Amino acid sequence: MADPVIDIEGLRFAWKSGPQVLDIDAFRVEAGERVFLRGPSGSGKSTLLGLIAGVLQPQAGRINVLGEDMGKLPAARRDRLRADRMGVIFQMFNLVPYLSVTGNVLLPLRFSPARRKAAGNDPQAEARRLLARLGLQDESLLERRVSDLSVGQQQRVAAARALIGSPSLVIADEPTSALDADARDRFITLLSEEVERSGASLLFVSHDASLAGLFTRAADLTAMNKAGAPA
Amino acid sequence: MTALFSLAWSSLLNRKGSVILTIVAVALSVALFLGVEKARSGAREGFENTISGTDLIVGAPTGTVNLLLYSVFRMGSATAEVSWPTYRQIAERPDVAWAVPIALGDSHRGYRVMGTTPDYFEHYKYGGGQPLEIADGAIFDDLFDAVIGADVARELGYEVGTPLILTHGIGAADLGSGHENRPFRVSGILKSTGTPVDRTVHVSLEAITAIHVGWETGAKNPLADSIPTEMIRSFDLTPRTVTAIFVGLERKGTILTTRRQINTNRGEPLMAIIPGEALRELWGVTSIAERALLAVSGFVIAVGLVSILTSILTSLNERRREMSILRATGARPGHIFSLLVLESGLIGFMGALIGIVIVHGLFAAIAPMLQARYGVAFGAGGPGLLDLYVLGAVTFASLVIGAVPAVTAMRRSLADGLSVRL
Repeated sequence: MADPVIDIEGLRFAWKSGPQVLDIDAFRVEAGERVFLRGPSGSGKSTLLGLIAGVLQPQAGRINVLGEDMGKLPAARRDRLRADRMGVIFQMFNLVPYLSVTGNVLLPLRFSPARRKAAGNDPQAEARRLLARLGLQDESLLERRVSDLSVGQQQRVAAARALIGSPSLVIADEPTSALDADARDRFITLLSEEVERSGASLLFVSHDASLAGLFTRAADLTAMNKAGAPA
Repeated sequence: MTALFSLAWSSLLNRKGSVILTIVAVALSVALFLGVEKARSGAREGFENTISGTDLIVGAPTGTVNLLLYSVFRMGSATAEVSWPTYRQIAERPDVAWAVPIALGDSHRGYRVMGTTPDYFEHYKYGGGQPLEIADGAIFDDLFDAVIGADVARELGYEVGTPLILTHGIGAADLGSGHENRPFRVSGILKSTGTPVDRTVHVSLEAITAIHVGWETGAKNPLADSIPTEMIRSFDLTPRTVTAIFVGLERKGTILTTRRQINTNRGEPLMAIIPGEALRELWGVTSIAERALLAVSGFVIAVGLVSILTSILTSLNERRREMSILRATGARPGHIFSLLVLESGLIGFMGALIGIVIVHGLFAAIAPMLQARYGVAFGAGGPGLLDLYVLGAVTFASLVIGAVPAVTAMRRSLADGLSVRL
């Protein structure tokens, strides 16, 4: 079996002079897995995702992502790893307001030659393909200002952006909390399909436990995080 | 870099309103600076192009600058004159190739009248040694002939043969103090030169003497008009004094010696000046004011640059989310830094470019008016090296200034990580 995509051991993190936010003994995501991580707001999930994405560094413990020890990797290498091999989807306001729909999808290719290469000869076509797969076939949509899109459409654009250039790991932070139930399920189904197709792993964080059934595995951050005792 | 460049460009387009205002601020500050500088160098160039080929100008002792201004630029007036015998002495010096006397003091409808000899048209040179040329008619032949400059002809609508009446003194046309009993006629019109020559009415020295018959006391004798013009023609009209003398030397090498000898002339006290040197003295006087103006306009550019800083800094708060999106999609802190520096640089570059266009447009539009009013052709010409320097310097300065918001944004994006919520 391939190396795990995420491998955490004894991870501890606190914001400067603040209380402990994360204290996790062990957490793994295997290659090809689509993991649902349940965590209510305040459980430290955004911090955990920041650590995994490499914008934060732990005070103690080990966090391996895509085979790299994020605790030891210099900031520039962590940035490079994220640029080359990770896709990130936020809860909302995912898009750069001054870029078109395709411009937003193609954004990661600006910062990563590896992703640009992986996206093939015609990144525009690849962006359109991904958008179409995610249910945004309408050509007139593509050059529109992103602020004119509905929230559901914006989230699908964000998903296409996270997927372009075949990243190994897609991280989604509550991407469906602003969607209604119908749109939410459709979004997760489409995202899962595309992640599976590209062979990536997915770490999907949400407070909504009812979504757990849509993934290959579910975990609970509150149970896992010993520092997460709610005040 | 090209990826960031297009990103910076799109970002600026997204904030068109405030960005355009900032660009206008920079453009106006650059236009002011370049305008001051161009007016300065244009005026200098215009003045320096006015006389060439004349080695010395000799007049009665006065200020160097004053002699230059009234003899060449028809500005101000002479306080004293040079006697005719002294002129002859100078003209006959062995080291003098030619000496052209001029007599000033009268006017025609606001244009200065200059009495001189036909040699003037041969020896007076302007620009890089260009001679005066006749566009129409001929150099004065008859006593009451006048050769007029191109502007005089154009503005007054005069042609060869048009009669004109000179006015005593250099005030506006006042028939009461005129030489209306001694009408002249236009015999020739000069081609345009872009110098005060265009605004001068040239007559012979003898004509100046002739119209002042009966003016020997400085004011008009009531009987002056009773002397018939035909009788005057028979008088000895050799002038008793001239205002100044343009001198060309046999050999340039003797210029300092000749000047010293004239300045220490034992008879009548004289002053000889070298036109270029007198101009430099004039620039010495004006340079203090010029430097002050340049400094002020330089500070205005600084204000323009600060407005770039303000505009970008105030945009940072609302762009916090954008920065963390960029970070999440793979932008390194260096990318964030470069993005903001590029935005600042682009604003500065476009502002400077538009400022340059404004200045050149403005000067192209007002150059004819300046020439008409001051008789000095402002160096027209397209964009020069100075514009390029200013463009480069302003762009560079705005890139440097952009580092301030860039560092702020970079620091913030590092602290924010991926977790900014709005």
